This record gives sequence, structure tokens and C-alpha cells, in this order.
Amino acid sequence: MSLNTSTAVSLAAASDQTWLLARWREMQRIRRAEESIGDMVETGEVHCPCHLYIGQEAVASGVCAALTRHDTVWGGHRSHGHYLAKGGSLEGLFAEVLGKVTGCSEGRGGSMHLLAEDVGILGTVPIVAGTVPLAAGAALASKLRGDGAVAVAFFGDGSLEEGHIHETLNLAALYRLPVLFVCENNLYSSHLHLHERRVKDNLSQAGEFHGVPGACVDGNDVEAVFSAALEATDRARRGLGPTLLECRTFRWRGHVGASSDVDVGVHRRGELAEWLERDPIARLEQRLNGLDLTPELQAIEDEIRQALDAARHAALPAPRRLMSHVWEETTCAN
Amino acid sequence: MRQLSYAQAIREAHAQLLASDPRVFIAGQGLWSPWYAGGSLDNLDQEFGRERVLDSPVSENAVTGMCVGAALAGMRPIVFHPRMDFMLLACDPIINQAANWSYLFSGRVTVPMVIRAVINRGGEQGAQHSQALHAMFMHIPGLKIVMPSTPSDAKGLLVAAVQDPNPVLYIDDRWLYSATGNVAPELYATPLGKAAVRRASRFAECGNAVTLIGISTMAQHAIEAAELLTEQGVDAEVIDLRSLKPWDRDCVLSSIRKTGRAVVCDPGWRTAGAAAEIAASIMEDGFHDLVSPVERVTLPDAPAPVASTEERAYYADARAIVDAALRAVRPQAGRKGVAA
Ligand SMILES: Cc1ncc(C[n+]2csc(CCOP(=O)(O)OP(=O)(O)O)c2C)c(N)n1
Ligand SMILES: [Mg+2]
Repeated sequence: MSLNTSTAVSLAAASDQTWLLARWREMQRIRRAEESIGDMVETGEVHCPCHLYIGQEAVASGVCAALTRHDTVWGGHRSHGHYLAKGGSLEGLFAEVLGKVTGCSEGRGGSMHLLAEDVGILGTVPIVAGTVPLAAGAALASKLRGDGAVAVAFFGDGSLEEGHIHETLNLAALYRLPVLFVCENNLYSSHLHLHERRVKDNLSQAGEFHGVPGACVDGNDVEAVFSAALEATDRARRGLGPTLLECRTFRWRGHVGASSDVDVGVHRRGELAEWLERDPIARLEQRLNGLDLTPELQAIEDEIRQALDAARHAALPAPRRLMSHVWEETTCAN
Repeated sequence: MRQLSYAQAIREAHAQLLASDPRVFIAGQGLWSPWYAGGSLDNLDQEFGRERVLDSPVSENAVTGMCVGAALAGMRPIVFHPRMDFMLLACDPIINQAANWSYLFSGRVTVPMVIRAVINRGGEQGAQHSQALHAMFMHIPGLKIVMPSTPSDAKGLLVAAVQDPNPVLYIDDRWLYSATGNVAPELYATPLGKAAVRRASRFAECGNAVTLIGISTMAQHAIEAAELLTEQGVDAEVIDLRSLKPWDRDCVLSSIRKTGRAVVCDPGWRTAGAAAEIAASIMEDGFHDLVSPVERVTLPDAPAPVASTEERAYYADARAIVDAALRAVRPQAGRKGVAA
């Protein structure tokens, strides 16, 4: 098997200031993009349902830092962060939520259906747990081809309530698939707290019965997420099979839409205040030892403004496009 | 009479069923949420307790299967799927189990349950959050299907569905939730399998008449279309099918006997859709009453798009029904292959 050696970063490098700064930039970029999208949801400029990732940035950033371009990422309804961390274009995201032809899914998907196959985002779609077996399929493809790539399935705590995730865990263990299952446990599935949905708080053990080792990490600590992901992807690349990572985190906004703290009537019992204290970005800033980040932040804001401008100026698809791509004449070259 | 919205009428039916029959319970996603079910289940958990109003984990397959089992064991479950798209994960308990058991065991057991599925579309939600899949389930022997279009039927058909000994798929559409209408305050059942004539043809004998057969939201669009057609000198009889399986052939065929024309208006896809089944039946049993080919108004055979421009082109409204009715009345005015 040809091991993919382009994982540029080793564990030792993770404490390096340059590496930390790169993560900070990535996470800040996600947050600012999400804030802009939230604003557009509030003003009514964006119509499609948007599930914002604010508060969870360290998970996407930490995991994707352990990946190469050839590794694939699969997500769900709350995947703007996964898309950006894996290298999806900002303008493509903005244009997509606005339903423009220049969107990453050409205006066919909106916020909940993102694709950037050129950087390994093979799809984020909102049927809960829907992409988890698909990620295992990509891992099977890698295994059969021997190309050394790893597939990552991002999903929420609620997703582990779907039976086919458990079937997939077994398949992945059985066939020793190079797949990493990343469960972002933000404690909520829509309006329900974990305790209203399960008797035990033990999601990291979900794979153990099937022979998939699990680990629970602080999902607001980008370095912890990265080192766990690096270990898991190394294992996968060495042919040792899948790992399940539970990343404990919290979403700062409502289940869907821009509102903070409150899900239309569901008050989250004051937890938000606690989690704001654990802001993954602020924590990273402490690690950056008083570096002046103002110019960096300015650069991110400029980039966001430009991407947003371009997306706003892009065209909506012509209605006559409606019947295109219902099916194809030829296979594309994935 | 008292006015309620469609959503309030659904809620009232649930409340009265829970109050009057201790075997009734509800399970599914969003039951303890103030917003998930669009006001159609508000506070039922407060009123009847969380033992009988079970909000569930994201486990469509197992929750539905659990309700099939409870029905077999003597309860009257209502399993709630806040979107029909998500119900696809529960196809085994619905199709292999609920629909088959009574036949499989010669009627010695029945599955008296209601599977409630919500069509929730539009708003740029896209392909996996927009589907109207009634036709898929219409194919399955053993399932009954209702699709109310008015508040009164939203209540009465839910009651009838719960009282029926068979698994009944009750499909409501979020686009109808805020529509208001008269709803009787007591517990009542609207009979399954019976259509309602929403607007009677007034001068069918003049030869410019058409029967519009509407399903769910499209029944309401058909009523609007009938008004628009009056301006064009066309007299439309509007039938709200209400029950999709079994559906009311007698009502449809006797209307066509008067009008000689039919437009079937279906919120689902065209190929192998509900409208196709109804049109085929009209051809079998009403062919000699027809003076023009049966028309269909459906969705195009494409998944739901997101972009606003494409989304507007995708969904049919009263205008599309008017156009189809005019094609039926004046075939020379636009039917492909009939005239230039
Ligand atoms: C099969 C299916 N069932 C239900 C839903 C509705 N739904 C969308 S997101 C969600 C909550 C998922 O929670 P979780 O997996 O924890 O992700 P989070 O929203 O917390 O990121 C639900 C129930 C869905 N999209 N798909
Ligand atoms: Mg969650």
C-alpha cells in the first residue's frame, strides 16, 4: 500500500506557533463566515435553512489538519465548518446558500448540500447519519485501490441514534476500513438534550462492541482534537481499521437559523454561558502568547467581504435549467 | 361555526383521541418541541403526559417498528414523522410489516395504527427535505392513505384513521397549516375512501365543463383554478380526493359522466404517480364519457431544486391547473400532437 506522506504536520509540529496560527485563521474564518450567513438569514437575504457551526470550529479544524487533500470528508446538515476546514471555497459557500450558479453545488443544494470534490469533500447532506455508510464506502474504495486515503464521517450525537451507524461501525471494523468516525457531541439534537434521548452518556464507546476503538476528546481544544485525529488516521493508513472520536462541544446558535441561545422557546438551561467560557478560538489565542492578531483578523474580514460581494453579484440559475442532471449520459471522473 | 386552522384541527383531533381512548399514544420526533410540528402537536405532552406523548431519538425505523408492535398488542399508536423524507428510513416496518400482517395471518391479527407523515417543502430546502412520496406508498397493498386539504378533514380523517383496523398513512402538508375553516368541536370521523365535491359543476350541459380532481394542496389550488376558469367561460367541478387509497371512483366517474373531461392535480411526481393511477382508472371505467384526453398537473420528474428561480418553476399552482383545463376544453388550443 502506498502510504500518503503528504500529511505535512506531525504531532510535534502541532505546538508550533505557525501551526497554531494556521488553525486560528481557519477557525476564525469559519466563525466569521457563519456570522455573515447568520446575518443574511436574519435579514431574509438567505432563504434556505442554515445550521450554524459557531462554537464547534475546533473539531473541523483539528480533524482536517490531520488530513491530506486526497482524504475525503463527509458531513451532514451542519457542515459549513467541515467544508471550509477541508479547503472548500468561501465564495462557493456564500453563493451556495444564496442559491447562485457559482455556488459549490451550483445552487442545487443550498446550505445543507455541499460538494467540493476537488478538495475531497464528497458530500454533506442533511439526512441524519445518511453519509456515514457512504464514508465507509469511500474507505472501502481506498482500501481496494490501495491509495492510502482516509475517509472521515462527521456526524452529531443525535446521529448515533440511527441504527445504520451501528451497522456501519461493524462493517468498518470487519473490513478494516480506513475510516474515521467523528461524532461531534454538542449535547443537543434539535430541541432535545442528550439525557432526554439516552440513558447513558457514553457515545465514545459506541463502536467498542463492534471492535472500533473510541476516544473522547475536548472538542473545543484544537490541539487535542488534532492529536486524536492524527493517531486515528495513522492507524487507518497503516491498515489497522477505523476509530470513533467523540468530540465534546457545543453549538452557540439555535438548531437552525441565526438565533443565539434559544431554539424558539427551548431555553438551554444556562449552559451557553458556560460554553462561551470555553470558546475554542479564545483558548487558541491564549496559546498564541499575546501575538497581535489584528492584521490577521483584518485579512479574514477582507476575504469574507470580497467573497460575499462576488457571491451576491453572481447570477441565479435560469429556470430552464430545472431538468438538467436528473440523470447523466456519462460517468464523471471522480 | 367555529373556525380553526388546519394545524389546530390536527392538534384537536390528537387531543380528543388521547382523551377518549386510553389505547392511543403518539411517538415520534419533535413532540416536546414548541416548533417542530408547526403547531399541530403543541403542548400535548403537558396535557396528556410524556408517557403517552413520546418524543423520540432520531430512530425512525425502530420507533415505527415499536408502534407496529404496540398496535399488534392492542394499542392505537400514532407514529409521527415530521418530514416524509425521514420516514423512508422506516420502510421496513411500514411496508414489510404493518401492511402485510393481516393478510399474512389471515386476519387473525390487525395493525390498527396511524403513520403520520408531513410534507414540508419549498423555502429552498432542496431534494431531501421536500418530497411528497404518497404514490410510493399507494403502491403497497394493505396500507390506507389519506391526504386532507381542509381543517375539517384534517381532524375528521385523523379520527377515522385511528378508528380504522388497518395501518393508515395520514399525510398532511405544511403549506396548509395556516389555512382556516369550520371545524366541529366534538370528536367526529370523516369516512375513509370518500371524496368531497368542493364545487359543483353548474352548467355542464353547455359543453364547457371539466372535472378537477385535486389531492391535498392541489385540491385547494383546484378551487382557485375553478374561479379563474369561470372568467374563461369554463365550468369546473372540483373534487377533493381526501383519501388516496382506497379512492372514491364513484364520485370521480359520476362527475366525469357530467363534464366529459378530467384534470388530475397531484402534488407528486408525474411518472407512476397518483395522477397516473387515477387517469388510468378513468380510462378503464369512464372512457366512453370522455370527450378529451385526461390531463395531469404534477411535479416534473426532477428532485426539488434549491435556487429560488428553479424552485418557482418547479411547483405547480392554480395557473397550471387552468392551463391544463383549457387544454382539455379546447384541445386545439395547445395539446401537443393534436393541433399546431
Ligand atoms: C433521518 C432524519 N431524521 C430526522 C432529521 C431531522 N433532523 C435534522 S438535524 C437533527 C438533529 C441532529 O442532531 P445531531 O446529530 O446531534 O446534530 P447537530 O444538529 O447537533 O449538529 C434532526 C433530528 C433528519 N434530517 N434526518
Ligand atoms: Mg448534536
